[in-house]
Amino acid sequence: MTAAITSAAPGLAGELARLGDFDAQLCMNCGICTAACPLGIDVLPRRVLRYAVLGLGEHVRAESEAVFSCLLCRACEANCPAGVHIAEDVRLLRRWLAEEGH
Amino acid sequence: MALPTRDVVGVLTDNLRLRGSVLPIPARQATRWAAELGLPRGGGTVLYTGMMYQLIPYIERLVRLEERFGGTRLAALSGLARRANRLVNGISLAARPPRRERAEYDRIPATVARLLLQAGVEFGYLYEEDLYAGALAYDLGADEAVAGHARRIAGIFRAHGVREVITIDPHTTTMLRTVYPRLVDGYDVRVRSYLEVLADHLPPATAPGRGRVVIHDSCLYARSENVVEAPRQLLSAAGVTVCEPASARELTWCCGGPAEALFPEKAAAVAAERVGQLREVAPDCVTMCPICLVNLRKAAHGTMRIRDISEYLAGTVPAGQAPLAASGKRNT
Repeated sequence: MTAAITSAAPGLAGELARLGDFDAQLCMNCGICTAACPLGIDVLPRRVLRYAVLGLGEHVRAESEAVFSCLLCRACEANCPAGVHIAEDVRLLRRWLAEEGH
Repeated sequence: MALPTRDVVGVLTDNLRLRGSVLPIPARQATRWAAELGLPRGGGTVLYTGMMYQLIPYIERLVRLEERFGGTRLAALSGLARRANRLVNGISLAARPPRRERAEYDRIPATVARLLLQAGVEFGYLYEEDLYAGALAYDLGADEAVAGHARRIAGIFRAHGVREVITIDPHTTTMLRTVYPRLVDGYDVRVRSYLEVLADHLPPATAPGRGRVVIHDSCLYARSENVVEAPRQLLSAAGVTVCEPASARELTWCCGGPAEALFPEKAAAVAAERVGQLREVAPDCVTMCPICLVNLRKAAHGTMRIRDISEYLAGTVPAGQAPLAASGKRNT
């Protein structure tokens, strides 16, 4: 799925920040997290978090299964050069999705 | 087919709100392990199991139920199941492990308690007020339900004058030590894993050699709670040679267990990969988390001996075990 940056709306990141310490905006988009993920799901976690930062709520909803598949094992965090709290960000996405009725 | 996320999360959250646990089991069964130990009720320091090991036979039964009936058929009934579960404790009806299965996992908290007593640690127990800490619901984003539950447990600690808690699994440790301070105003309880407590009471002499094992670090212990050296120190003191797998310590590889509730096939694939990494190093594996224990055992299909660390520390594992039989033949 390709996310067009022209459709970006920052509101979602604000909603996530209201729910907790959402810090995916620190992501440098390097993809080490995805390479380190034991699940091997290509959208997890980098692309899903990028969708959230860009405010692409529909894209996040479309990847609901990937978001709820995350093991929260933090292998991504152990390798993240930007120090993003990825597991907590994914947990906040779950909370947002649950509030949205997913 | 995966179970519907919304209904599964809903059942777990309803259970936490209504019955104090995501998988409610009778208190007499969750506390049976302590029956012969005579531990005092409450006190400044308590051993807190969070029911995690006691829940494993029930989780195994539920997983088998899903495998038997298939995710598709269960998924079709999930909405109805959630509504019914609000009225009747569905878990206690659906999952009834026999005494033999319960006894296997009840043995672990009892062994931990005996290890602490032997080390001279004084502690009490909260019996039926030793509640599940809410880890699965928190992981699924049910923050409000978990916050209410955390306040309830903090109230129990206050009522009993608890200032220090000794935990026996990584999920309960993280909830009580790292998550609860964010959820409960004024929460001021010192929380330590029994592995950290025992490491402060290391015996002066090393026990005779008891063979070699490959260690599987828990993600939470290694990456969240900095419980990395204590299990290695304790195993070495118990005469066990610890071998490191390809992914170890802070870079440990997940057992897949956290995905079991919603996506058992994905959990199994991650577990199978981890078992492969571990089996390359040694036929005997030591774990320190009930979720890792059950998930890796299931994935190993009897091709490895996977045991909880408490069994090695208590010296109940026979030294110098025979090599495992051909792949696929059961060894326990």
